[in-house]
Amino acid sequence: MATIPNEELLKRIGEKFGEQVTLVGEPYGLLTVETGREQIIDLLTFLKTDAALRFIFLTDITAIHYPEQEKQIGIIYHLHSLTTNTRIRIKVFLVDGDVHIPTATVLWEGANWMERETYDFFGVIFDGHPDLRRILNVDDMTAFPMRKEFPLEDPNRVDKKDYFFGR
Amino acid sequence: MQNHPVYTDNDPQNELSTLNLGPTHPATHGVFQNVLQLDGERIVSGVSTIGYIHRAFEKIAEHRPFYQITPLTDRLNYCSSPINNMGWHMTVEKLLGITTPKRVDYLRVIVMELARISDHIVCNGVLGVDTGAFTGFLYMMEYREAIYEIYEEVCGSRLTTNIGRIGGFERNFNSIAFAKLRKFLVDFPKTLKEFESLFNRNRIFVDRTKDVAAVTAEDALSYSWTGPILRATGVDYDVRAMNPYSSYEDFDFEVPVGTNGDVYSRFLVRNEEMWQSMRIIEQALVKLEKEPSDIFHADVPEFYLPPKEEVYNNMEALIYHFKIVMGEIPTPNTEVYHSVEGANGELGFYLVNDGGRSPYRLHFRRPSFINYQMYAPMSRGMLLSDAIINMSSLNVIAGELDA
Repeated sequence: MATIPNEELLKRIGEKFGEQVTLVGEPYGLLTVETGREQIIDLLTFLKTDAALRFIFLTDITAIHYPEQEKQIGIIYHLHSLTTNTRIRIKVFLVDGDVHIPTATVLWEGANWMERETYDFFGVIFDGHPDLRRILNVDDMTAFPMRKEFPLEDPNRVDKKDYFFGR
Repeated sequence: MQNHPVYTDNDPQNELSTLNLGPTHPATHGVFQNVLQLDGERIVSGVSTIGYIHRAFEKIAEHRPFYQITPLTDRLNYCSSPINNMGWHMTVEKLLGITTPKRVDYLRVIVMELARISDHIVCNGVLGVDTGAFTGFLYMMEYREAIYEIYEEVCGSRLTTNIGRIGGFERNFNSIAFAKLRKFLVDFPKTLKEFESLFNRNRIFVDRTKDVAAVTAEDALSYSWTGPILRATGVDYDVRAMNPYSSYEDFDFEVPVGTNGDVYSRFLVRNEEMWQSMRIIEQALVKLEKEPSDIFHADVPEFYLPPKEEVYNNMEALIYHFKIVMGEIPTPNTEVYHSVEGANGELGFYLVNDGGRSPYRLHFRRPSFINYQMYAPMSRGMLLSDAIINMSSLNVIAGELDA
């Protein structure tokens, strides 16, 4: 089957969700929509199970941090419809301090580690996740290192002080 | 340090034994830890612990200009670094709207397919070693060396290649590179044929691999598997065919698929992919003859570093050199997702740019990370020795797993 044009895909989503899903843009042809956490599982389920769309493949889940925005944390889903070769990007923005979102593991087993990674680096709590632990960082770490306020290097380290280098 | 969770509630009599497979174990080919609960030789449950070589590439990338991120991608799947390098270059080129000349595309295809072959050589060779056959591995390893020598002629390094630049290559391919490539294309098929006749119908090998760790297409898709292990289950998803990049649409090749997703199918799919890769390289060499032989990069002086002698002697080159190094060239404020078919699956780059010299956010969709998460669940009920060859056949590379 041929690729679904973005206008048609947006129309299909609009018929079902109306104002709850808004268009962000089409950077480089990839349809990007935004929704709220109340609808996210409904939207993912619709996209996955709709007979004409069939976005059965979860490419990726990740997050992004915008410290200046009111809703600081964005969770980003990339889906792929293998039968029509269409991709879609879905964003959900959350207020820092209340970063709860329902888990996508009810739809895809593969979401498990992707969500653990997102939790590990951004502190996003995926409600209903079977095993939400840190995955790449050590278990007793307290910070969420991919947030912008986390420095690249440990500010307390002393081995790079100028006086060691005669400066 | 918290204790790693081990399921003990199913063992009231304390009859099961716990085995720490890894983090360093000769049978795991990398830093993988699995805490397994064993009933005799059979695995009852397992928990994977990863992250032992996590190096925070995504965080580092937020502080590096685009062209300095290439060496970071080297260290993802270090068995096929050029694919990562070029995937990254193509992501940036997509962001900046750079179109590369056909000759650059074909040269990239040659290097990427060589990388795919070298990755499959290691994976299938090691799978043979894990089933007790060292010979095939030694035969094949000679040709990984031949491929590394071609890399050396092209870019100067072997394992972590940092090959190419944004816009093309840092230098043209020399005649020795082409000579070595042609020699490789003549010699390697004989050895691959020999390798296949050693294994494909070898009774011991088939008994050890057939119906071991068989995965259905539904499970594989639910776990977001990509690459040869997905194709071994019968799903013909290959990024090269579905979303062609670097002029893959110009080439005639087949996407081999397996039938029942077991270790044996994965082995056969990888072998066939090597034949297809050689087909692609041969076509690329023919296509290259029609292209002007002095073009090896796109004409984008704003992003392609000029040669050093020009920087010293040419005013414009000096200006561009300064601008590139200081990051003074505006870039689009947008986001882009680009994926390439890595040797073990869809390697994606999700780049969010804010117009500066380095990415605002860069996320690697790493196939090893996503493919590996089925390992512990699928090991349940498996013999320990089967779990070992299952791990080899997944072709999970620790550097990519932990990023």
